[in-house]
Amino acid sequence: MQWINRQRYLLDFTLHALWRRRWKHLALLTVYSAMVFLIASILFFGDSLRRDAAVLLKDSPELIVQRLMAGRQDLVPMAYMEKIDGIRGLGKVRPRLWGYYYHPASRATYTLMVPPEVTWSEAAVKIGNGVRRTWQGIRDNQLYFQTHAGDSLALTIAESFCGETELMTADLILMSESAFRRITGMPTGYATDLVARVRNRQETRTIAAKVIELLPDTRPILREEIQRTYDTIFDWRSGYVLVAICGAVLAFFIFAWDKATGLNAEERAEIGILKGVGWETTDVLHMKIWEGLAISLSAYLIGVLAAYLHVYLADAPLFAHALKGWSVLYPHYRLSPVFNANTLSVLFCCTVMPYTLVTLLPTWRVAITDPDAVMRQI
Amino acid sequence: MLRPSTLWLALLLTLAAAGLTFGIGHSRSIASEDRARLAAMAEQAARLDLTDLCLFTEAAYTRHPSQADYHAAFQNHPMALEHFPSGALVQPPPLLRSPLVQWSSAHAVD
Repeated sequence: MQWINRQRYLLDFTLHALWRRRWKHLALLTVYSAMVFLIASILFFGDSLRRDAAVLLKDSPELIVQRLMAGRQDLVPMAYMEKIDGIRGLGKVRPRLWGYYYHPASRATYTLMVPPEVTWSEAAVKIGNGVRRTWQGIRDNQLYFQTHAGDSLALTIAESFCGETELMTADLILMSESAFRRITGMPTGYATDLVARVRNRQETRTIAAKVIELLPDTRPILREEIQRTYDTIFDWRSGYVLVAICGAVLAFFIFAWDKATGLNAEERAEIGILKGVGWETTDVLHMKIWEGLAISLSAYLIGVLAAYLHVYLADAPLFAHALKGWSVLYPHYRLSPVFNANTLSVLFCCTVMPYTLVTLLPTWRVAITDPDAVMRQI
Repeated sequence: MLRPSTLWLALLLTLAAAGLTFGIGHSRSIASEDRARLAAMAEQAARLDLTDLCLFTEAAYTRHPSQADYHAAFQNHPMALEHFPSGALVQPPPLLRSPLVQWSSAHAVD
């Protein structure tokens, strides 16, 4: 109890001292909070995207078979289906017809795809919300395409995807096989790739090896690879933002280091007086620990709360520009909040600890010097 | 009069408690909506055999990164931002920088 009372008196004294130089410390708190806010926003954003990707891709195809030629993806002959169909443990195999369509008026690239079942007419399409938003020149509910042969093709919008699925479907245009082949020029008897379901998930790698053995010009892509791609790419994107704020982080550390290491004459004299009136070296050090904690804990809390509001309530407007890149079509989606204790702990260790620790060394150096010498500024 | 330490600790605890309560309350209030939204998207992904999220539509290899050739740079889109350090050092070829002008002059029909 005595120890607690002692610490509270030290904290009272520290807060009084901070208040005496309030503008300086408020400026430090603002910069500090802004730094925590930026880093926390990036971490929250990345965590949420990774979590959403994991949920959304959990039922994606177990195995995709692409054909490679000259190091690039090539069309797969339908006959390949029969070759791999007999592999034990392989479930249903089906061809996927999909590709890209660049629309010059919109200056956007859309994804064309033939669904497993088409429930609308041959001359109609189902589109994502992003297509409706960005496609320039929708007339009479029709989209005009330029086919591979150069002539124009009008397809009626029969259905639209629900706005809530934009993260998966914003740029999708689903159409019949005949319309797809006419627009893309993909010859009959070929598909973009093959998708296969695997009966026993443990056997996926063995089956992929058998596919390569049977068809040496193919590249199997496993579901786990798809999911890993997303873990990696979000790290890259977060890394991109981290690189952008690297300068700001360094500036903050220079600021904190200067503040923490370069005790000014007034602060040195104050420590000298405290020692002169009977304070122990440990008391001075405790006081400085409280000073570091008061600033860094406050900044951490303010920064983390502001980051939560920024990412989950305001939809992260600061990062939208970086994520959009050169895209014309950008999905509207809301991130689901993710509380990751690990993320918050790492952030705590990287922001609160260094500042508190860096305060101690110069104070200790002054505190062990003779009080008389310190007060005389020797 | 309140001691400064009492005031600061009270402020800090209030801020932490308010933040936690708000965060938990907010995420709970939208949890069922979020679950339904994610389930609807996962269902679409499974039904259509989709492999990628529609996040970055600027180039084919960013739209479907899991399906792309191994990171073909500047594949489709002029001045597309690169994932890799080389993208910050090498500019795309001039033809890609102004595709419409270059394309039309290179393929002009007399």
